[in-house]
Formats: sequence, C-alpha cells, structure tokens
Amino acid sequence: MSSTNQGAAVRAAGLAGRVNLQQYVVYVGFLAIFLFFAIVLKDSGFLTVRNLSNIVLQTAPVTIMAIGLVFVMSAGEIDLSIGSTVAVAALAAAVTMQGYGLVPGVLAGLGCGLLIGLVNGVLVAYVRLPSFLVTLATLGLFAGVSRSMTDLRSIPVTNEAFTGFFGSGSLLGIPSLIWWTAIAVAFGHILYRETRFGAHVLAIGDNARAASVSGISVPKMRLAVLMISGALAGLAGLLYAGRLQAAKYTLGETDLMTVIAAVIVGGTLLNGGKGSIIGALVGSLMMGMLNNGLILMGLSVSDQMIVRGLIILAAVAVSLREKSR
Amino acid sequence: MKTNAAVSGRPVLGLNDIRKTFGGIVAIENFSLEVYPGEIVALVGDNGAGKSTLIKIISGVYLPTSGSIAIEGETVAMSNATMARAHGIEVVYQDLALADQQTVYMNMFLGREPTNALGLLDRRRMIAETEKLVTELDVRIPSAHSTIRDLSGGQRQGVAIARATHWASKLILLDEPTAALGVAETAKVEEIVASLKTRNIGVLIISHSLDQVFKLSDRICVLRRGKQIGVRETKKTDKNEIIAMITGLQQS
Repeated sequence: MSSTNQGAAVRAAGLAGRVNLQQYVVYVGFLAIFLFFAIVLKDSGFLTVRNLSNIVLQTAPVTIMAIGLVFVMSAGEIDLSIGSTVAVAALAAAVTMQGYGLVPGVLAGLGCGLLIGLVNGVLVAYVRLPSFLVTLATLGLFAGVSRSMTDLRSIPVTNEAFTGFFGSGSLLGIPSLIWWTAIAVAFGHILYRETRFGAHVLAIGDNARAASVSGISVPKMRLAVLMISGALAGLAGLLYAGRLQAAKYTLGETDLMTVIAAVIVGGTLLNGGKGSIIGALVGSLMMGMLNNGLILMGLSVSDQMIVRGLIILAAVAVSLREKSR
Repeated sequence: MKTNAAVSGRPVLGLNDIRKTFGGIVAIENFSLEVYPGEIVALVGDNGAGKSTLIKIISGVYLPTSGSIAIEGETVAMSNATMARAHGIEVVYQDLALADQQTVYMNMFLGREPTNALGLLDRRRMIAETEKLVTELDVRIPSAHSTIRDLSGGQRQGVAIARATHWASKLILLDEPTAALGVAETAKVEEIVASLKTRNIGVLIISHSLDQVFKLSDRICVLRRGKQIGVRETKKTDKNEIIAMITGLQQS
C-alpha cells in the first residue's frame, strides 16, 4: 500500500517540477520583452551599448529596494513605506552634507532608512499591527515629512566625492551604480540562500507557528527584515541623490509599484515562504527595460502606466495560480 | 505507578503530583506518571480531559501550578519550548509544525541549522543526516530535497516524527499523530512509532483510537476531567476496562 502511495507522491513531485512555471517566468519574460524591443525598436537605438547600460544604471535604486522587499515578503510581510523612505533619506543626506560634509551626510541618509525600518518593525513585530497598514501609514507619514523637510525645495548635492561614489563615478572601468547593484545582489543572495538568517526568514513566512515552536524568534526576524528594507531604501535614496546631484521630495515616489512588481515577477510569493534575490534583480531589469522601451516607442506617460499595470496584473495572476496549486 | 521504578532503570520522565489551574478552573490535578526509556505510554481520555494541557506542561509551553517534573531523576523547571528541547524532549504536533514550502532537510533542521566555518549553511551535512534517518525509520519520501507540500499526509507525519527522533535524546511526545491520516498512512506511521522503541527513548502518545493504543503502547494512562483515573499495563487490560475508565460509567 505504501509503495503505491510513494509512487503517487513521486509522480506528483515530478509533475510539480514540470509545471513550476513561476520560477522561470521572469527569465522567459525578460527575454521575450528584450527580443520584442530589439526587433521593434532596432532603429530607435534600443540595442546600443549606451542605452542598455543606461537601463542598468537607472534601475540600480529599484534593484536595491527590491532586494530588501524580497526579505520582507519572504517573511510574509510587506513594506510600502520604501516609497517615501527614499526621498527622506536623500534629503537628509543632502541637507546634512551641506553643513557637515560627506560622512555625516551618508550616515544621515542610511540612518533615516534604518530608523524608518525600526519604527515599522517595532509596530509590526511587537505591537503586532499588520505590516500592510503600518507601512501604508508610514508611507504617507514620511511622504509628508519629506515635503516639510525643505518646503518642497530641491537640495543640490555638490560634494564630488559623494556624487562619484554614489552616482557618476566608476572603478576599474565599471560605473559605481553597477558596483552597488552587484554588491547588494551578491550579499543579499548569500544572506538569503546560504545563512541561517535567510532560512529563518523563509520559515517565519512559510509557517510562523512551526518556526516559533522550533525556537526561532518570529518578532526579532520581523523587525530585522523591515530594518533591512528600510536601510536598503535609504541606500537607494543616496544613489538617486548621487546620480541626479540633487535631492527632492519626489525621488522614488513612483518606484513602489515598480519594486513590488519586480519582486513578484522575480518569483517571490506575496504570502511568504519562497523567493529569489536573483529573480528580483532580473525582475527589476525587466521593469527598467520596459520603462525604457515604452519611452522609446513614444508612449505617453499615461499609456506607460497602463501597460505597467497590466504587466503587474499578469505577474500577480501567475504568482497566485502557483500558490493555490 | 511508582511501584516498578527500579525495575527498568531510571525513568526519562517523572511527573509528580502535577496540578494546573487556569483562573479558578482546575485543568489537571493529582497527576503522576513515569515514562521509561524504550517504553511507549499512551495517554487516553475524552475531549477536554486535559491531555493537551498535560502535553503542553511536559513540552514547556505551560508551567504547572504545582507539582514537579523530573528528567532522568533530576527536577527541572521549563518555562518555554526551547528549554524542553534542551532537555531532550521533542513534540510531534497534531497539525504538523512543518514549513510547507521548504525542503524536507530544511524542516529536519528548522531552527537548528548547522553551519560551516564561514557561517554558511552546511547543506551537505543536513542532506546526508536527513537521508540516513529517513532510511533508518523507513519514511518513504522521494528525496531529502522534496518540498513538504509535494508529500502525502503520511509522508509529512513521517518527516515530523523523523525530526523529533533526530533531536530527542529522552522523550518524544506524539499528539494525535494519525488523526488526519488515511488507513494505509496510519499503518505506516504506526510502524514508524513502534520502531522508536528500539531507540531507548521514552514515547508518550495521545490517541483517540483504542485500536492504535492497544497495538502500540506498553502502558495506558487514563484521564477524565483533569483527574488521573489510573494506569494499566496494556497486556493486562482490555478495551472494555479502558472505555469504562474513560467514560466513568463503571468505576474501577
């Protein structure tokens, strides 16, 4: 009797292996969109090295926020506040740098990100409020803070060490934004896949009770993932300030949807327990390529938003189909 | 049942006059029981008799209001599940405390993952130890890499028991291990539970199925409304006596 059970289970596992579409959808989607633009836009300069490297550079902040969100979503939570953390961190860095120089500026930016993550984390992990509501509230709250910080004014960033390090500079012929992306992806991937920390993030998102009776501190892990997300959103703010050589309350405002889409398309489940840092990187590049291609195709801003929204819907549909199987 | 304490060595678990109240309500009183290595003791009783409360006391989730718990003769105070685990006590829960989307080997080591010198997960060791154990216990799963949700209910319970076996040095608590399983799967899990006797650890099993209790256990402890009605050696009793003790229709 048990051998037939086993046979059925082996067949089920084999079937699961074949139809596990969701894991690869991002790579297929990336290639399909790339080929589509390469053919349709071959005379509009899409395939030039300059345009392709521009896509990667422009995507750096989104990729870095996406890495943080993979941790948060894998733990079964969400962080919407990254949308306004970016601007608060960039403005804090810019203002501090004017008065106190490079290092205090950088610390102020990253510190704001960490602090916002700490606020979210304490409310979610210890006050036990749902992360969706907490971070929706802090998204709005810190959007207000970023507006009041400088009365809606843009703050120039003139420190050349800063703009080089976080923006236009390069090392060994490779632009600094690509370095930041590579370092964040490498560290994020190792932390996520190869450490106990990553295993515990997945465990609490998968089955918080099982994790808890196994001795994992669920509140500590929730606090940790939200602080990682806050800190990385802070870093994204520094990268915007470095590349644009200015900080403004509008920075990162439209990134939230892009980041969530990139993470979900990249194979991270909305409800936690499963995800991929590499998938989030490819998802981010795919969203960046989409933005770039739609602009080159001459779509209006409103049409771009519609197309992006449709792509997110398709991604969520695939994600949920996988979950309910 | 303090009579045969010297016969089969030191008990792995000794419960002495355990009492637990919630507010003014008495959940357990006057409960004493010893479990010896290599022995399977069944805990039976109607719903609300206090079996789950007792399991939670032994696994460190609840502190008893009064009374003492001894592990291998030494009195211990356990205020959380981690402390119970440190004493070599593992619980297999009725509703499977497994992370469904993770692999079998990650579940085997959940919360206790081994790492190498660099602080990275030692997957090779986890996989090797998992495969060794599932083979020993004859838990038939496709591989240590299988995802839990691709397994059948019986296979999952097999994994949960294998995990408990891997970590328990003294005692395994099984809370209705076959409640959610079909006939064939129940038989397989019963086989695995019976094989635990050779491992020289104590097993305390809660079950609603008297057939299962008589098949697996060495002794049967009956609870009714928080009171210990009695302990019987399985060989020297029969279902009628146990049913009478559970229902209280016929005081023994």
